[in-house]
Amino acid sequence: MQDLKTVILHNREIAPGYFRMAILAPGYPQQALPGQFIMLRVQANSQPLLRRPFGIFKTGTLPAECSGMPEREFVELVYKVVGIGTQLMSTLQRGDEVELLGPLGQGFTLDKTATEHLLVGGGIGLVPLFMLAETLCRRGDRVRLLVGGRSRDDILAITEFERLGVETYVATDDGSLGEEGLVTAVLERKLNKYPQAAVYACGPTLMLNAVRSICHRQQVALQVSLEALMACGVGACLGCVVPGHQHSEDDPDYLCTCRQGPVFDADELKWPEGGPEGGE
Amino acid sequence: MSKMAKIKKPSLAVDLAGLQLRNPVMPASGTFGYGQEFAPYLDLEQIGAVMTKGISLRPKAGNPTPRIAETASGMLNAIGLQNVGIDLFIRDKVPYLETLTTPVIVNFFGNSLDEYIKVAKRLSELPAVDAVELNISCPNVKQGGIVFGTEPGAAAEVVSSVRRCLNKPLIVKLTPNVTDITVMARAVEDAGADVISCVNTLTGMAVDIHKRRLHLANGTGGLSGPAIKPVALRMVYQVVQAVEIPVIGIGGIMTAEDALEFLLVGAQAVQVGTANLVNPGAMADIVTGIETFCRNQGIEDINDWIGSLDQ
Ligand SMILES: Cc1cc2nc3c(=O)[nH]c(=O)nc-3n(C[C@H](O)[C@H](O)[C@H](O)COP(=O)(O)OP(=O)(O)OC[C@H]3O[C@@H](n4cnc5c(N)ncnc54)[C@H](O)[C@@H]3O)c2cc1C
Ligand SMILES: Cc1cc2nc3c(=O)[nH]c(=O)nc-3n(C[C@H](O)[C@H](O)[C@H](O)COP(=O)(O)O)c2cc1C
Ligand code: FES
Repeated sequence: MQDLKTVILHNREIAPGYFRMAILAPGYPQQALPGQFIMLRVQANSQPLLRRPFGIFKTGTLPAECSGMPEREFVELVYKVVGIGTQLMSTLQRGDEVELLGPLGQGFTLDKTATEHLLVGGGIGLVPLFMLAETLCRRGDRVRLLVGGRSRDDILAITEFERLGVETYVATDDGSLGEEGLVTAVLERKLNKYPQAAVYACGPTLMLNAVRSICHRQQVALQVSLEALMACGVGACLGCVVPGHQHSEDDPDYLCTCRQGPVFDADELKWPEGGPEGGE
Repeated sequence: MSKMAKIKKPSLAVDLAGLQLRNPVMPASGTFGYGQEFAPYLDLEQIGAVMTKGISLRPKAGNPTPRIAETASGMLNAIGLQNVGIDLFIRDKVPYLETLTTPVIVNFFGNSLDEYIKVAKRLSELPAVDAVELNISCPNVKQGGIVFGTEPGAAAEVVSSVRRCLNKPLIVKLTPNVTDITVMARAVEDAGADVISCVNTLTGMAVDIHKRRLHLANGTGGLSGPAIKPVALRMVYQVVQAVEIPVIGIGGIMTAEDALEFLLVGAQAVQVGTANLVNPGAMADIVTGIETFCRNQGIEDINDWIGSLDQ
């Protein structure tokens, strides 16, 4: 964990409204674990005031260049423009300064028994799954990525997963890429075929809720990566809590998404009809 | 030039009702966890004091989410005073606080006079706790939910009751959500407060026009951050004029310049809140900035700056 004043290496639009940003980040390739996140401050003034949380898509090292530029370690984010912070981020360029707090939070627990893994991503929820896929593939396990989105423009980076050796399955609402329909329908089929698989999911609340009921019914292990509104990212403000599994009106039990999460074992959480509460 | 060159390291030490602080910068309650959360980012031996989250007699779960909303140059929070309660605080958090040489101040609250007194007694017994800060911005459940800190009689009663069972400096934290803060300040001074800290958050609201709902599950929340600084500064100024006891200035302090403004109008120390959430190293930058300012201005002792407004 560190707070780095650093610079952007590149920032480019990869699909309408989606960007990829690499940031100079010494130490990240050794420290960052799959499923962890960072808090990014893109401006020195107070508009917007708070940092924004982003999952770590990948880390790596740029080779030394013959111009004399040494090796550079970086962290890469993939983000969707949704409001003032991400809008501002999308205007930044190589060399612009940012403040990077991280790596933060508890990432995925690598299931020691399962050798079949189903990674389920909805839209931008794909982000934290890449490093997980990398790690599992390195172990020699079978990794399948099931990814859903509104249309083909919302399906990101799957060729990179494929290069790791991950089999990918795509479902879009309008059928513009892969099959037409919900990614959870793909999950049901795959679970029938690989009933011993461990499932890892990140995406919109409604998707997570459906994934949870499928996995619960099939009695397979599920880890979910949650989003929540965050102010600090380090466990200080308690703004980011989600109800834990014992939560009730009389005995509320809250878990801190930034410190105890963002990845939770599904059984740790309360799953009301509308999916895990909290955040957006 | 000659005078400036002589000042190597200005003295930033201040005295707060007998409590010696190495500098006047400390966290505001609820923005610093129980201290340990910030150890990776900040040398806790570099700040004036450590301040804990508000502690209550029993553990408190807090409000449903969403609990926070960002607003123009500020944020609203309706955390609902979630905390582990005094027993777990003593068991799990105090051992770490005992390892610090920096003075430790514990913020606490209650929903009845009795709860305040019980927590105060427990805190009295803890050698690791150097001072306490009484949050009176809480509803008195037994009295129909009227907030202790908005009614001079109720505020005086809780302060004098706590004072009687406490053997360490008592800081009383005032809410800004009153018509005249000087009335409250005098009431708690007369009731035995050793120090006044002000201000707590300003009650506010945010609306989501797309979802046609209030942003916060609780409806209202407390506004903090740069947005409240001018209001806080005015109130600190007024309270300093109204009472004899030392005052800690709080509200929207993000930089050394902000802190210096509060000190200039007479605050003996400052608390930094929302800035910790934005930048966990904020207080270290503020301390360094104050030191640099003093050196550049030829101020040898920060006490010469405190309350030295030219008027
Ligand atoms: C652990 C974690 C990892 C994340 N990883 C990524 C990622 O890899 N890529 C990515 O694009 N986004 C990610 N997000 C979401 C991202 O933080 C928000 O999209 C971002 O903060 C929005 O900032 P803004 O200023 O652009 O939007 P704002 O102007 O603040 O808000 C615009 C809209 O987005 C909603 N919103 C704001 N913050 C969040 C949030 N945290 N979660 C859900 N909705 C929100 C608001 O309610 C509002 O409707 C992650 C969030 C968390 C908690
Ligand atoms: C997330 C959050 C939690 C807070 N919790 C408490 C608390 O438990 N007790 C208390 O007395 N004040 C609490 N406060 C108020 C702060 O201590 C401070 O008075 C206020 O935020 C104004 O200072 P700032 O503008 O520097 O943040 C909280 C503020 C925030 C933002
Ligand atoms: S974001 Fe502040 S505690 Fe999680």
